[in-house]
Order: sequence, then structure tokens, then C-alpha cells
Amino acid sequence: MSEFLQQLLNGLSLGAIYALIALGYTMVYGVLRFINFAHSDVFMVGAFLGYYLGKFIPENTVGGGLLILLGAMLGCAVLGMTIERLAYRPLRGAATLNVLITAIGVSLLLEYSGQVFFGATPRTFPAVFPSANFTLGGLVISSNQVVVIVVTALLMVGLQFIVYRTKIGTAMRAVSLNPKAAQLVGVNNDIVISFTFGLGSALAGAGGILYALNYPSIDPLMGVMPGLKAFVAAVLGGIGNIPGAALGGLLLGTVETFVNGSQWSTYKDAIAFAILIIILLFRPAGLLGKASVEKV
Amino acid sequence: MPRPHFYLLLALLAAYGLSASTGWLEARLDGWAYYQDVLIGIGINIILAVSLNLVNGYTGQFSLGHAGFMSVGAYLAAAVSLFLGPRLLGEEGGTAFQQGLMFLAALTAGGLGAALAGVAVGIPSLRLKGDYLALVTLGFGEIIRVIFQNVEVLGGALGLNGIPAYTSLFWVLAVGAVTVFTVTSLVHSTYGRGFLATHDDEVASEAVGLNTTRYKIVAFVIGAFFAGAAGGLYGHFKMTITPTGFDFTKSIEIVVMVILGGMGNTLGVILAAILLTLLPEVLRPIAEYRMIIYSLLLIVLMIVRPQGLFNFKFGKAKL
Repeated sequence: MSEFLQQLLNGLSLGAIYALIALGYTMVYGVLRFINFAHSDVFMVGAFLGYYLGKFIPENTVGGGLLILLGAMLGCAVLGMTIERLAYRPLRGAATLNVLITAIGVSLLLEYSGQVFFGATPRTFPAVFPSANFTLGGLVISSNQVVVIVVTALLMVGLQFIVYRTKIGTAMRAVSLNPKAAQLVGVNNDIVISFTFGLGSALAGAGGILYALNYPSIDPLMGVMPGLKAFVAAVLGGIGNIPGAALGGLLLGTVETFVNGSQWSTYKDAIAFAILIIILLFRPAGLLGKASVEKV
Repeated sequence: MPRPHFYLLLALLAAYGLSASTGWLEARLDGWAYYQDVLIGIGINIILAVSLNLVNGYTGQFSLGHAGFMSVGAYLAAAVSLFLGPRLLGEEGGTAFQQGLMFLAALTAGGLGAALAGVAVGIPSLRLKGDYLALVTLGFGEIIRVIFQNVEVLGGALGLNGIPAYTSLFWVLAVGAVTVFTVTSLVHSTYGRGFLATHDDEVASEAVGLNTTRYKIVAFVIGAFFAGAAGGLYGHFKMTITPTGFDFTKSIEIVVMVILGGMGNTLGVILAAILLTLLPEVLRPIAEYRMIIYSLLLIVLMIVRPQGLFNFKFGKAKL
């Protein structure tokens, strides 16, 4: 039983990170209807920003850790908005496929630039937060897991606030519902889309730092697998649906951790995709998504 | 399309002529071995791109799992030559003719295996459209890779080594010619118009009585067959295959060739395959930056020429 709870806890802290990345995918899909393949590399850049910021900020302090987290989020937000401005905005209204290929191009660009500028060899991520292990009735809880879960919960509450309680959030929902109609009632779509990219990328940056805290070996290709899985999480929860992305991330992280702890551990990378295929075949709208009838 | 059979014959003759003159070229051209390797790489990429074009371009079904089918073909063909070869050809390895037959059998087995995988993947996933289909095929490709990583007989994560180097320029050209021939004569046949109709408007095609699902699956299976054959050629060219060599970046590489060539334009796709194989070779002196340039080119091309680099039919670039 205690092993079950331990795995559940590990799964939830991994799932929280997937959820953070999945939110970016889902929000961008909501406003632009395309898969932003470069999102997973923004996540990687977030981890590297943390690595370089860590050189200037004292390790093992809560304040310093938060500063690094904020710095990475800010840097990633700027990066996400720049990508949107330079690569995706010229393609507004183009075929989905072209945007998809551009996204793949941006993803490759970030990965290969990362290999040139950061070096291809894995780096050790500094211990930015003070770390300790608590034991609670046979459960071992590391402070990093607590940080992951607390930070994720706070960011999600913040996101929920922005999306449902602010003016720009209302505009985001309007654009996602119907971009043309939103424009007609005076929403500046470009600003909203740019903001969405900034928000999603900031969450990916936070995800990058939190991931690197728990798996402290970072390299320019580190984003590929977590990115793909986070996307699966977004589809699992219902793409375009914010609570769905959070639920999908937590579910996927938990399932993957349990598979990793079983005799099928070598198949853990296949699990996410198997879930994806099953979901798309039987419930394409995802767990929380509304099924839409396609009109001719 | 005037007389595709004639062109097929011509291409096969050219392949034979080239293979006959390899010795002559080797003696006279400095670094021929390198050029030959590049040419073989181009040929394999042409087969992959042209076969994917049948699915992505002509039929309009966006598949991101081509490398998965390629890996099925590569593994099956390699298994045939490695496990069956010594038994059938004996310890000495047999005569050149016997080896040729053996290789043909291996490639066919690889292609058929991949086609079978195409049926298994295609029937459930082709009910989906657009992004979702892309994701499911990507997912299947990754699952195939993980399965190969876990099968001990096929070397697990280390892959298969010591595959006989049967692949020559002749084989690549011959399989390439057959691929181009099959795809072009198929889409220009009465039956094949259905692929284009499925691409243009699915609902209208169904309304006039076309079974679009069957067309999609047929396109998928034929595409997978040639991807498998290309995988077989690749395995017998590199002499070693690993599961990670066929991950989704490989699929994306092939998709990029199809899109740059202009979806549904075989000649353009062939040109794009040549260009994109040569590009990293040309950029080799600035090795570090070549992939950056490659990805930048991709972004710029998508913005400047969304209809594909070699698609000259303006205004017709519907995707």
C-alpha cells in the first residue's frame, strides 16, 4: 500500500509537469487550431535559462529558486512571442499543414541552435531550491516534489484567473470560439494570439525548471519526449480545454510512473502513444471535451 | 503521362548500364565511393518521398509514421538475409546471381511486412482526419520503434549488425523506378482518379459512389510497401540498423520532402528529395551550423512558397 502511494505521489509530480506543458499546447490549439511542435523546445530553453541564471543566483534558497523560476518564465514568454511574431504570424490563414511544417521547422531550429550554443553533452542542473526529504508514514516525499506540486497548483489557479476573470482572458476565449466574430466585436486577434503564446511559453518555461529539478540532467533534446507526452495529455483531456489538459497530464504522469515501476518498464514510452490512439479512436474529443458534429 | 511503361524500361536499362559501368567509374573518378554513397542515399529518399506522396499528396491523408513502416521493412529484410540467407546460400554466400535473388526476396518480404503493418495501422486510424491522423500515425510509428527496442531476437536497442551489403546503385535505381512507375501510373489510371477525388472532396466522392475509406487504405498500404522496400535497401546499405534510426524525426524528414516538392507532384517530390539529401552534404564544411540552416530554410520556404518549392501550378496548391 505504501509503495502504491509512493508511486502515486511520484506519478502526480511527473504529471504536474506534463500538465504545465500540456496547457501551452492546448491554449495555442484553442486560438490557432494547430499543434505547436516548437512548444517542447521552449520547455528545453526554459531549463537552460534556469541553468545559466543559476550561475548568478545563490543556490539552495527559496527566494533564489523563485527568482530563477520567474526569470525562465519571462525568458520563455519572450521567446514564445518572438516565435509567433516571426514564424507563425506570416502564415495566418495558410493551410494547417504549412503551419504544422513551420512549427516543425522552428522546433528543429531551437534544437539544433541549442546543440551549437549550449553544447550537445548533458549538463547537470544546479540544486536551485534547498532540498530535503520528509518521511510521512513510510512515504518519502522530496522537497522538490512538493515544489513541483505547489508551483503547478499556483500557476494553474493563476491561469484559471487570467482566462476566466480578466479582459484579455475573455478575449482569448472569444478568439478560440470564433476568431472572425471576435474581430467583429473589436478584439485585436494578433495581440490575443501573441499573449496566448507568451502565457503558454511561460508555463512551459516553468515546466522546464521543475522537470530539471527532478531530473537534473539537461540537454538540447530533452524536450522531445516530455513534449510529445504533454501533447498526448492535452489530447487526452480534450484539446483546447484547460482543465482537461491538467487532468490529462496528471493521469498520464501517474499511468507512466506505474508502468515504469512494473515489469513492463521498457514499454513506458509506448504507453503514452497507445493511450493517444485509444482516445482518438473512441473518444476523439478527449475526456472533458465536447464532441462536435462535423457539418458538411 | 505518355507511356509510363517505356520510361520504366528506360530507367531499368539505365540502372543496369550504371551498375555495369561502376567499375569503370571507380577507376576514373576520384572519390567515386563517396558519390556512390550519396547517390544511394538520394535514391532511398526518393523512394520514401514518392511513396509517401501517394498518401500525403495525392490522397490528402497526412501521415507522420512513414519511418515506422520503413523500420518494419528494414528489420524484416535484414532478418531474411541474416537468418535465412546463410541457410539457403551456404557458408560461402553463393554466387552473385543467388545473392541477387536472395536480396529481391528480402526486399519483397520487407515490403510485404510493411504493407501488412500498413493495413493494421490504416484500418483503425484512417477514420480520423488532419492533425489527429498525423498524431495517430506518429504514435504508431513510435510504438513500432519501442516494440523493436524490446524484441531480443532483433537485437533490442542495439539493433541488427552485420547485414550483408547487397544494396548497390542498380538496386536503388531499379526499386526507385518501380516506385515512381507504380505511383504515377496508379494515379493516372481510371481507378486512381479516386485518390485525387478523395483528396479534393471526400463528401462529394462518397456521393458519387466512391469508397473513400478503401482508397485511403489502398494508398496507405501501397505507400507502406515501398517504404518497407526502401527500409530494406537502407538496412543492406548501412549494414546496421537501430530502432532509434527510424524515430519520428525520420518521418518528418520525409514529410518535408513531400511538402517542399509540392504535395501531389511526383517530379517535384523527386527534386525535393534530391535537394534535401544533397543539402547536408554540401553544407558539410560548416557541419555545426548545417542543421540550423536546414531548419531556417524550412521556415522561410513555408512562408515564402507555401505551395512547395517545385510546384509551378500557381493557384492550384490546395492542401
